[in-house]
Amino acid sequence: MTTVSSAEHTRRDFLYIATGAVAAVGGAAVAVPLIAQMNPDASTIAAGAPIDVDLAPIAEGQIIKVFWRSKPIFISHRSKKEIDAAKNVQLSTLPDPEPDSARVKAGHEQWLVVVGICTHLGCIPLAKQGEYEGWFCPCHGSAYDTAGRIRKGPAPKNLLLPPYKFVSDTKVQIG
Amino acid sequence: MHGNSTYQPQSKIGQWFEKRLPIGGLIHSSFVAYPTPRNLNYWWTFGGILSFMLGVQIITGIVLAMHYTPHVDLAFKSVETIMRDVNYGWLLRYLHSNGASMFFIAVYIHIYRGMYYGSYKEPREVLWILGVIIYLLMMATGFLGYTLPWGQMSFWGATVITNFFSAIPGVGETVVTWLWGGFAVGNPTLNRFYSLHYLLPFVIAGVVILHVWALHVSGQNNPTGIEPKSDRDTVPFTPYATSKDGFAMVAFCILFAWFVFYLPNYLGHADNFIVANPAVTPAHIVPEWYYLPFYAILRAVPDKLLGVLAMFGSIAILAFLPWLDTSKVKSARYRPLYKQFFWLFFAVCIGLGWLGAKPAEGIYVVLSRILTIYYFAHFIVVLPLLGIFEKTRPLPNSISESVLGSKA
Repeated sequence: MTTVSSAEHTRRDFLYIATGAVAAVGGAAVAVPLIAQMNPDASTIAAGAPIDVDLAPIAEGQIIKVFWRSKPIFISHRSKKEIDAAKNVQLSTLPDPEPDSARVKAGHEQWLVVVGICTHLGCIPLAKQGEYEGWFCPCHGSAYDTAGRIRKGPAPKNLLLPPYKFVSDTKVQIG
Repeated sequence: MHGNSTYQPQSKIGQWFEKRLPIGGLIHSSFVAYPTPRNLNYWWTFGGILSFMLGVQIITGIVLAMHYTPHVDLAFKSVETIMRDVNYGWLLRYLHSNGASMFFIAVYIHIYRGMYYGSYKEPREVLWILGVIIYLLMMATGFLGYTLPWGQMSFWGATVITNFFSAIPGVGETVVTWLWGGFAVGNPTLNRFYSLHYLLPFVIAGVVILHVWALHVSGQNNPTGIEPKSDRDTVPFTPYATSKDGFAMVAFCILFAWFVFYLPNYLGHADNFIVANPAVTPAHIVPEWYYLPFYAILRAVPDKLLGVLAMFGSIAILAFLPWLDTSKVKSARYRPLYKQFFWLFFAVCIGLGWLGAKPAEGIYVVLSRILTIYYFAHFIVVLPLLGIFEKTRPLPNSISESVLGSKA
């Protein structure tokens, strides 16, 4: 068996390239459903619809945990002391600088609503613990303050804010 | 290094079959007539032990799959049913869970053997890299399997490990949601992990075949690190290697049985007897012992992305070992300095493993950082320089001379 290579382009070259191109497109088309099936299915997405939470029973200083899209959401009714502690911080000293006003809705600054998942590797931080008396993650030692901002440890970002709005003074809609 | 292909079946039927599918000849030349260096020590028996352990894991795993239910509401209960109700279920599950640990003990000995005697060097680079791939597949399989009982450690281990991918800049969160099939670890995650946990051992078996094939092309390394030169340097695989491997396997099974029957939960975590709870993270998340050194490296780096990269890098760097070690001499027996650095590296890995089990605070973090730096320095500073500066001892002329003395 010897291979004859010719410098000239032939009709056979065209056939090889055309066949290869069709196979590549076909392969890509097959990959789409195979990859997409792993994304959240319709029922999971439907279950992630917005939820309403009544704030009236939450006492000052209390933190409740609700689930939205399988994620824990912390709703903290902050005390005056906690709000002041969150405000009186030199922003330049923060790893992920955000003023307290950007963490809460205007006029509702006693309510902090954050996704209760450590931004490091996904553990659930413990409330009212750690050096900054916000949250402390037991997994790798990240400490958050009373505005849910990262202050110390390996987590790169502040606790995420879920999309939410105040329906009334005592009710929020998360999602 | 092919064995002779003069295999002739005795029976008429054997000859008829051999003419149509020469599998008898393949087995004969690979596992009977195949020449092995005559000076192999017991550290060379772990390849056989590993093949045996893979078989144990596949057989016990297939049987456990007949009783296990991969659903978040039923998984934990089905495992308890296996332990209490299924006939010999406790034995099969303890064999499987402790078998994973035994598999890793054997693979670590096998890897350190390769490092000590320079088995990764020319002409065995591809053989070594295939081994690194098997090791990676083993780690993935072990992690997926640990998720299945759906206890607290299962759930949070799965959460932390899948979150490694959230460190990827830009698309991290999208990738993690795709891995989960939801917005957190949940039923879709458990289902796919079960599917993949069943698949990967067979992928491992496939790569093991390539690993053994590559081994039989280049031939085995040996404690002197010099290649066989004549028939006097080798002995046939059967009976010499088969009986030695068989003896080592039985001895290894004593250790295995000791864990299965006397310490079946010693290597596990109490938290995994609590059913998975997405609302509460256990106070101390610790991976299985065989991941601890890498976990320590992850936690030693104060930055999320760099920590994840360092952890994966610490495994990936093994694949480059054949080129990082510049010495022409293979075996540590003739490399006085390398021998010391090898044991230092070994101690550093044990130290990292110990630190991985400790809380990430105070002196433990400092020590983790020092040992992590040394871990990488071993590969990218020590090994390249040793090849240049080390004065090696004279090599024997042949394997038989090293065994029998120069008169032979």
